[in-house]
Amino acid sequence: MNLLRIALKSARFRRTSLLLTVFTIAISVTLLLGVDKIRKESKSSLLNTVSQTDLIVGARSSPTNLLLYSVFRIGNATNNVTWETYQSIASQEEVAWTIPISLGDSHRGFRVMGTNSDYFDFYQYGERRSLVVGSGERFEDVYDTVLGADVANELGYSLGDEITISHGLVSADFAEHDDKPFTVVGILDKTGTPVDRTVHVSLAGIEAIHVDWQGGGRSSVTLNAEQALQLDLTPTSITAFLVGLENRAETFRVQRQINDFPDEPMSAILPGATLAEFWRTISTIEQVLFVISGFVLIVGLLGMLTTILSTLNERRREIAVLRSIGARASHVISLILLETLLVVTAGCVAGVGLLYALLAVARPIVTNRTGVNLAITWLDSTQLSIMGAVIVGAVFVALIPGIIAYRRSIQDGLALKV
Amino acid sequence: MTSAPQPVLRLEGVRFRWPGQPEDLIDIDDLTLEAGEHLFVRGASGSGKTTLLNLLAGVHTPTSGVVRLLGTDLSELSASRRDQFRADHIGVIFQQFNLLPYLTTLENVTLACAFSDRKRDRAAQDVDVNTTARRLLEALNLVGELHTAPVNKLSVGQQQRVAVARALIGGPEILIADEPTSALDADNRDRFLDLLFREAEAQNCTLVFVSHDPQLADRFTRSIELVSPADDMGLAS
Repeated sequence: MNLLRIALKSARFRRTSLLLTVFTIAISVTLLLGVDKIRKESKSSLLNTVSQTDLIVGARSSPTNLLLYSVFRIGNATNNVTWETYQSIASQEEVAWTIPISLGDSHRGFRVMGTNSDYFDFYQYGERRSLVVGSGERFEDVYDTVLGADVANELGYSLGDEITISHGLVSADFAEHDDKPFTVVGILDKTGTPVDRTVHVSLAGIEAIHVDWQGGGRSSVTLNAEQALQLDLTPTSITAFLVGLENRAETFRVQRQINDFPDEPMSAILPGATLAEFWRTISTIEQVLFVISGFVLIVGLLGMLTTILSTLNERRREIAVLRSIGARASHVISLILLETLLVVTAGCVAGVGLLYALLAVARPIVTNRTGVNLAITWLDSTQLSIMGAVIVGAVFVALIPGIIAYRRSIQDGLALKV
Repeated sequence: MTSAPQPVLRLEGVRFRWPGQPEDLIDIDDLTLEAGEHLFVRGASGSGKTTLLNLLAGVHTPTSGVVRLLGTDLSELSASRRDQFRADHIGVIFQQFNLLPYLTTLENVTLACAFSDRKRDRAAQDVDVNTTARRLLEALNLVGELHTAPVNKLSVGQQQRVAVARALIGGPEILIADEPTSALDADNRDRFLDLLFREAEAQNCTLVFVSHDPQLADRFTRSIELVSPADDMGLAS
């Protein structure tokens, strides 16, 4: 019978308290790995909000601000870009495609975005995924709208429904474009990006609802929906535009050229770099969460320490018996460390099991609610090193009772203090 | 080993005191035990009985003097070598609680071979270790159905006999018993001693038996008395 078998049998004899310890450690491990998983998934989800776009261009502002309003529909543009400037950049030979964006209106809390059909052709997110008009079709007419998945879902819209757009971002009765209702002609599939929470209309539609408005209110001359269609609905300005280049190597040159554009102050940003920077600012929350789970783990390890220390007294006889048949004092330390290894390894295995069980349960719900695809993957190197750290930490913690038992066994000798 | 010229046990000028103690707890000028001799060590509590056993078993080393077992000076060995020496050549029986509660009777006996290849080889000489253990248990009047029972199902007397089986398996030269009968009534005590002597002699094992009970001294070939340092004299024959 070797030391491991003795440790196993001894541990089985005291299984109730040890199982509780295993459970505590399992929960800490699940929490640590879970937070790590969430952090990675939300990071990749955020970084994948927009892809294949080389530059985002708007009126001069901070890169984060431009990113926030153009991609995340958060906050407001400080200024617009004139249609002429947009046209002159869009027609440059390095530019493969552009997507104009016109923001400023809303519908029941969801942002309304004016754009054109290039949006459906060129906008990509995640791993080169394009937008899919799941039901209906793209907007053709001025008063057509295509809804993001969440908009249709939360407000219960289906094809053919009529919606009214509000002027500005806060819905108010006096600022409704209720004279020019829009018809839902298409609903996009879920993307897990802010596209889901956007009401898409054509640039002409945005123009049409504003033809009889001046500043923040209606002008004295009113034009109904039919009359507005008679006018030239080419916009005079847009909020921002996305640029795809023929050759990515030209990105920095074109960026500089736009930033130095003589007629109008503009900013061109690289979405990937700005997203990564944006992630760094908001990832503090995740780091705090990670630190908290670290503390949970420490509590778990301290619980284990308490359990092992409390069993030392009842194990005093056991240790004296083992010493009497020739166990060395170092065997005594090994016995305590082996038991700790058993407990903490079982805790890690149970923790990983719990994590995958939770993932399997949560996956369809999370995908449905947020569009974030919780990939069930094998543990990556970070997660394996987290578990390695847990095991190493536990062994270090167990050195305390191990050394106590060692010193005691030398002191006690073969005397059995009952 | 029986034909070996050197004595099984020899103490020369052995003194032991705990750090900070004013006087020696153990003070034995000369004590020699030949093979087959059985020594009775009598002493009141506090007279250093257990300390003497720890010295004989190599758990502690004397402050001065030489403890020689089977010709080996224990203080010349490292602590782990002394532990190995104990595992190979000594069997120990305690007053009580000799057994590990999470092992069966049989496992408790064979446990003695876990730390000693020598004992395991000797126990497996004719048959396998388990059979040797079962034979020993049966010789000690512990029937087969008790062998696989959890030890907490055994009476105190039975538990002490299991301890004897564990101390004897693998044929150690020296058996150290620390008041093994103190938890037994008179009848049980006598039967226990009969079995202990019979099996020790069957294996030609030297017995060192510590007790506070002077009645037992008659059964031993040698007897010494330990006197606590407060009563001055260290050793009386």
